[in-house]
Amino acid sequence: MPQDLWTARDTTPDDVEAALRNLVRRAHATDETLAPARVLNLVVVIEARWQELIGQRLAAVGRYHASRTVLCTVHDGRDTLDATAAISYEEIRNGIGVVLEQVEIDIGQEHLDFIDTIVDPVIISELPTVLWCPRGPDEVINRLMRLTDVILLDSDDQPEPGEALHRADQLLDSAYVVDLAWLRTTPWRERVAASFDPPWRRPALDQIAEISVRHQGRSRASALLWAGWIASRLHWDPAPLRAPARGGGLEGKAARPETEVGVKLEPTEMPTPGLAGVTLACEDGFSLSLDRAAGGLCAHRRSPDGHKATWKVLGASRGEGGILGEGVRQALLRDPTYGPALDAAREFCPV
Amino acid sequence: MTAVAAPAHENPLIEGLERLPVHPTVLVIFGGTGDLAHRKLLPALYNLAHEGALPERFELIGIARREQDHSDFRAVARESIERFSRRKPNKDVLEGLLADMRYLPGRFDDDRVYARLKRTLAEFDDKAGQPLNRIFYLSTAPEFFPVIAGELGRTGLNQAERAETRIVIEKPFGYDLASARQLNAQVLEEFDESQVFRIDHYLGKETVQNLLAFRFANALFEPVWNRNFIDYIQITAAEDIGIGGRAGYYERAGALRDLVQNHMMQLLALLTMEPPTAFEANRLRDEKLKVLEAIVPPSTDEVAEMAVRAQYAAGVVGGVRVSGYREEDGVAPDSRTETYAALRLHVSNWRWAGVPFYLRTGKALARKVTEIVVTLKPVPHLALRSTGSVGVQANQIILTLQPDEGATIQLGAKIPGTGMRIRPVNMEFRYGTSFLSESPEAYERLILDAMRGDATLFTRNDEIEALWGIIDPILTAWREDTSSPIPQYPAGTEGPDEAKSLLAPRHRWNRL
Repeated sequence: MPQDLWTARDTTPDDVEAALRNLVRRAHATDETLAPARVLNLVVVIEARWQELIGQRLAAVGRYHASRTVLCTVHDGRDTLDATAAISYEEIRNGIGVVLEQVEIDIGQEHLDFIDTIVDPVIISELPTVLWCPRGPDEVINRLMRLTDVILLDSDDQPEPGEALHRADQLLDSAYVVDLAWLRTTPWRERVAASFDPPWRRPALDQIAEISVRHQGRSRASALLWAGWIASRLHWDPAPLRAPARGGGLEGKAARPETEVGVKLEPTEMPTPGLAGVTLACEDGFSLSLDRAAGGLCAHRRSPDGHKATWKVLGASRGEGGILGEGVRQALLRDPTYGPALDAAREFCPV
Repeated sequence: MTAVAAPAHENPLIEGLERLPVHPTVLVIFGGTGDLAHRKLLPALYNLAHEGALPERFELIGIARREQDHSDFRAVARESIERFSRRKPNKDVLEGLLADMRYLPGRFDDDRVYARLKRTLAEFDDKAGQPLNRIFYLSTAPEFFPVIAGELGRTGLNQAERAETRIVIEKPFGYDLASARQLNAQVLEEFDESQVFRIDHYLGKETVQNLLAFRFANALFEPVWNRNFIDYIQITAAEDIGIGGRAGYYERAGALRDLVQNHMMQLLALLTMEPPTAFEANRLRDEKLKVLEAIVPPSTDEVAEMAVRAQYAAGVVGGVRVSGYREEDGVAPDSRTETYAALRLHVSNWRWAGVPFYLRTGKALARKVTEIVVTLKPVPHLALRSTGSVGVQANQIILTLQPDEGATIQLGAKIPGTGMRIRPVNMEFRYGTSFLSESPEAYERLILDAMRGDATLFTRNDEIEALWGIIDPILTAWREDTSSPIPQYPAGTEGPDEAKSLLAPRHRWNRL
């Protein structure tokens, strides 16, 4: 992907914005098929120690990148702004070459108190702005909230899932939240919804006696959100889960009319964040398990008469780069079920 | 805890999901070794599998005359997918898709093929422990459509217990009005209309569907979308290549059948129909039908005044010399098949009375472009002088479908300087700059819709007949006229001069 670059030390946001405009104008003058992408602004604020890691994740988003990315890296002891503005263009497709803009600004801790005044001039105000502060302090989010339409976060990133989900819930009052922990559950939600979609199988939803979620150790928030999703969709009343006497994980109950549903969260070894499998068991002996496998999910079904079947549900894993790209894409959509699932997930959290 | 409640009969788990469930399905492709399956259907199925969009239980059976076994078919399918998929195949997903793919060799009128098909379908049902929905996809030469539909009915494969059965029929659906009616009757003898999915892949294109979003999701356009503000509309589907190796097909079809009767008339219907009350199959198709029925077909005598046909002669396209149509391999030297067709149509209803619709399509033209140009009426009074400039021109709204998907609004703007000089400028929207994601192939969307039973983007029987009803008199007039010379246009040009005769005074064909 060809790239044009501008760089300056001890600069100002206005200069950065002017430089971007010049880069775009120059590119268009050179080749009139080049046109700037206008989808959304992605503002990322990180501490310097995470710069390389976050840079790698941003580079891996694939086709779902923001049209203008503003990366603010916070350095200890810095009191000036250094910046790089760059445009890169995709190969010409359908008669146009799409120009993407990237801004990197190195700032100091002292700039955080007025970071909104640094970011404001370099975003395109008529486009939605997505804010992502991985491992960043809440004050930064609060400062930038007036510019923000969508907050991108990853509840799996926090060591304590209860706090992560509480924070997501608070942010939901101020902006639309795209939670990567929620997006990791998407294939599992889609497949369970599909399994119970044939009308003759829907009554089984009222007979679910137990659900269990297998998840990577660090992805307990994802597991809670999946359990919260099914609980909220089926109007169960969740109760706080507890650590069992033996083994890891959490277990407990959710109430549904006249009976209870057993809920288990089981951490398991796996290299990537997210869920490893889910099982739903019904009162009449029917059960369905979905487990992560190469090229999709491995499905196991036991019928009430004891008949067992195993098959593969096809689908390629998006990987962690894909999840972040999906987060950017989801910023332009609205999912009405995240809020209720989040509420239920919080109710499942151990007290 | 708050939750969005769903009615009791609905699946409460689907709320909020972007990808709606598709019930377990077996897809049977008649013509499984053909070009369409090779280039489009198999790669589309792979992409659906890659995205996790196929049903949880999915099986595929190919049927064709070629003698080969399952493993040969899988090898061909693998090659198709590796060559034509819009993304690089994931090895595990590809292997999973190919794993139990079946192939049944035989003639489409051979009872034994259907007996074997029945056994294979039962085997898949047993394996799944449930009856799978069945889709029969007719991707064969059109003469086999009634044969296959008839055999499926005769052998009882047109319905299944506790599962849906659907038939997808590729274009061309009929050769003229009479044959389309006959085919409809033959198919509907064996299948209910709700089971029949007549495919026109054009309707699966994102940009075609966006016509509806453009018209009905923006308050900006609808107030001017009528005879009071619109002067004329033209729809162009131009190709810069000739017929290539398709002489056999093209000699029978011609430009009118190839593009106008289906794709271009669908564009016209979407452009002119009234807003449907819901984006639902029959509501949308009812509105399309109404507007198609408002297009009065010409009498045979009127055809010469409202339609022009032509053939490309030798010329230069993109710096390369090309032969004329009649010199192409497989084309008769005295062929009267049109490679160019232009029409002037009128929609006789309250909204559109008096607005001419100009349609043109052709091979070996100057440029490849598919676009709709809506020209508004000029302003009623002009206080501004046009001295020293090209002057004020009527506003145009240009919707481009290919190659550069987007919309342009042409406005008059003041030229910088001391005078009040005006020239047209463009306000442009380009898909690529506002949606960085890649659009799915039309066939991916349509196959999924057929598996879901959503017929919104498929053509209904009465719609097909209405489409043919408009075109049929033109075909008849041209067929009966065996003596007047067919206009010739040099390849690489804008088409024949005769097309200008269709235009009302002040109207012009937009340059390609």
